[in-house]
Amino acid sequence: MWKGKFRVAQAERLLWRVGFGPRPGEAEALARLGLDGAVRSLTHPRAERLVGPRPHDQNGYPLAPYDAWGHDHLWWLDRMIRTSRPLVERMALIWHDWFATSNEGVGSQRLMLNQNALFRRQGLGSFHDLLVEVTADPAMLLWLNGGDNSKDSPNENYGREMMELFTLGHGSGYTENDVREQARALTGFRYDWTQSGPAHFRYDPTYHDTGVKTIFGIKGRFKWRDSCKLCVSHPAHAPFFVLKLWSYFVPVPPDHATQRELQKLYVSSGYGIRPVVEAILKHPQLYDGPRLVKPPVVYTAGLLRRIRRGIDTDDWVWLDAMAGQQLFYPPNVGGWDDTRWLDTATWRGRWWIAQEAIDPYALDPSRGGKPDDATKLIAGALRFWHEPPLEKPTRTALHTFAHRALHDAAGQDWKKQQYPPMVANALRHLIAVSPELQAA
Amino acid sequence: MSDDCAHCDGLSRSRLLHKAFAEAGRGLPSIEPGMPLPAGTGLTRRRFVVGGLGAALAVYGGAHLGIRAFEEGIAAAAAGPAQPVFVSIFLEGGADGLSVLSPQGDSLYTSLRPTLALSGGTPLAEDSRLYWHPALGGIQQLYSEKKVSVLPAVGYTHPDQSHFTSRHYWEVGATDAQLNSGWLGRYLDKIGKQNNPLQGLSLDDTLAPALATTKMPVASISTPDDYSFYSNRVWGEVEQRMLQGIGLLGDQHGDAGLVTAGTVSKQVDRLRRQLLPFQSYTSPVTYPTSDDPFPKRLAGLAAMLGLGLPLHCVALTAPGSYDTHTNEAGALSDGLQLTSDSLLAFQRDLEARGLADRVLVHVWTEFGRRAQENGDSGTDHGAAGTGFLIGSRVTGTMVGEFPGLQSGLDADGNLIETADFRAVYAAILEQWMGVDAAAVIPNASSFTRPTLIA
Repeated sequence: MWKGKFRVAQAERLLWRVGFGPRPGEAEALARLGLDGAVRSLTHPRAERLVGPRPHDQNGYPLAPYDAWGHDHLWWLDRMIRTSRPLVERMALIWHDWFATSNEGVGSQRLMLNQNALFRRQGLGSFHDLLVEVTADPAMLLWLNGGDNSKDSPNENYGREMMELFTLGHGSGYTENDVREQARALTGFRYDWTQSGPAHFRYDPTYHDTGVKTIFGIKGRFKWRDSCKLCVSHPAHAPFFVLKLWSYFVPVPPDHATQRELQKLYVSSGYGIRPVVEAILKHPQLYDGPRLVKPPVVYTAGLLRRIRRGIDTDDWVWLDAMAGQQLFYPPNVGGWDDTRWLDTATWRGRWWIAQEAIDPYALDPSRGGKPDDATKLIAGALRFWHEPPLEKPTRTALHTFAHRALHDAAGQDWKKQQYPPMVANALRHLIAVSPELQAA
Repeated sequence: MSDDCAHCDGLSRSRLLHKAFAEAGRGLPSIEPGMPLPAGTGLTRRRFVVGGLGAALAVYGGAHLGIRAFEEGIAAAAAGPAQPVFVSIFLEGGADGLSVLSPQGDSLYTSLRPTLALSGGTPLAEDSRLYWHPALGGIQQLYSEKKVSVLPAVGYTHPDQSHFTSRHYWEVGATDAQLNSGWLGRYLDKIGKQNNPLQGLSLDDTLAPALATTKMPVASISTPDDYSFYSNRVWGEVEQRMLQGIGLLGDQHGDAGLVTAGTVSKQVDRLRRQLLPFQSYTSPVTYPTSDDPFPKRLAGLAAMLGLGLPLHCVALTAPGSYDTHTNEAGALSDGLQLTSDSLLAFQRDLEARGLADRVLVHVWTEFGRRAQENGDSGTDHGAAGTGFLIGSRVTGTMVGEFPGLQSGLDADGNLIETADFRAVYAAILEQWMGVDAAAVIPNASSFTRPTLIA
């Protein structure tokens, strides 16, 4: 339990870890609740209110998330920006990464958004129940071929990833034979191909392999719910669950005592997600540990929340893809690599995200009217972003830039008029891509 | 700024650059319209934007350039002995080796593959049991020219059937789940330069893990001719200052998250400077047209090499989906076709530019697939898979043999490897890069190196 101060700085960090950063004033308001109150307000939120401008595409039309390409991404990004329940959306993002399903293999935005609704509905409940629902979820049945897995033609895809990626971890107490036997236990899901795509997702016992299976050394006529239960009650599951969930909130591993406590909490609560998340959010390592690099959509939503801008362009789809994260299209069933968000290609994606965020507000250099003073211009650019806290090296870099750029104008009147507004525009951009705004 | 040239005087610097751009000009048809070739030098005239000045200069041989670290990097790389280039091409998902080279001459093949068995086509000259997949005409053509070595069953003992673990092994060059630097990354840490992120280049949206270093800079770019940075209503001198600001933001200390973000910021700055001369290019051959960026990336790669940029280890992901649990035939064929056609064009491009002797391509996948098909007209995860080494200097002889379906399957019904990927890596390091593999591959001494280079 964090015993240090819980002030605006801690509240701001908490808001980044559980959601998409503060809107102006939110960190201050959260800090006033104290640590317990703040965490409780996030893990037990009231009914959702969407705050801010309503989303539309760049032609001004409402979004069509089921139908129009990219509008699935925009629709969810809008929820991230406008929600009053940031943790619910962030948990949905975590489950989207954990049970990484790509529309590349599903081919239906409707089914992907139905799965997304499941993550939102079940995201803080019981992990066992979540796993059961995911196993029977149509998008997942298509993605990992659960709907093609029958007694006459078993398909190992889901059974393997259920253990390796979703519940136990690679090499943790299961064998290749368990993979085959799980596949048998999971047989029976069917669907039909229709004119409008795959439909009639169902469980049909006549396709189920009713024989005896041996899974983790236990014999039985197991069915798909037994598969889920066996995985969740396997001794390797609680450690896997706790470490993986922790890694989404804190970039360094927990100490052993913490890990044991979290495992106990998880098992004793009946595989409850909420109690484990609450304990992580109050843990000292969240507050005194290093910063966490923001996932690209968190970065984007965070910038837009700061300046209270809503979704008004389709460009966020390809811009977030450029930064390495198009929602509903994780790179593979392992999800995104959350430890390597930043490289020279994805960093450039963030540069263009920042450019798009500030683009409509760019000052017109030919109108002049800005002070020829680096310190004042930096203060103005920080006001534009509602005073994000920056450390000294970044402030020095901004000052060096502004000072040199203003110096270039010496002796030429048109430059003296036009350079200060250009420097102001550039400062907004550099602040947006500064390390402090990439990692929080 | 630069390690390479800190001791150089102005004269030898200008000689280095002179030579660098002599190399760079070779085969590069980027003379501006209407401009004559500079007399006597044999150099082409190229447009060149000098970072920090914001000026587009017409450069003859580069003798009048301002000196910047990256320019020295290019100069050093191009003036020294030409470095060999290694290109890694990853077929992600576990490509079905028994379709890539189908064992039609093996009596068990059709019973294991009742719906997926291929029939007809061209047999492999070195093993008449194996037939080329019909989509691999391009690679087959290069094979007939002795420019392809086939690895019909490459893998490792105690095969792991997890995509992520198996590809991780291949990426780090060891069956070690904890190792987190790539095998090419460790190599670059040994021989790389502090000021040259192009030495390890991922032509992709993100960095290939095989290139992950612990010390030296490496880079990823989606397509090499577009590494632009724009800011609305910022231009001229202020824009150049702003772009320098990206590098200034990199000077971070203390918090690990800030240092990570800062380090990438610095690498972006260096890479941007390195790619400044690379504004546009034309290819001497025609690449396949596709929505997939793969052919364009290869075309860009050949052009970058033609320009003399100091590339050394390059990684790309092949087009296509290879995790074919259902309806394998069509998906596999589409991916192989575009991959193979693009690689043929790349080889021809290198040949036209006179660069073919400098480039070795390695095509790999994390595992092959189960010999017995699965009932959904697909195949589940297997063990040993197929690989290729492509280039003008390969031996063109098979590495390992096809073990046969009778005695060549393990207890899980997966193909047993006859060549170990770590032995292949060790041979590449020693025979192509010219370093002792022991410094890069754990337990390198336990692997017998195949002869890969003629």
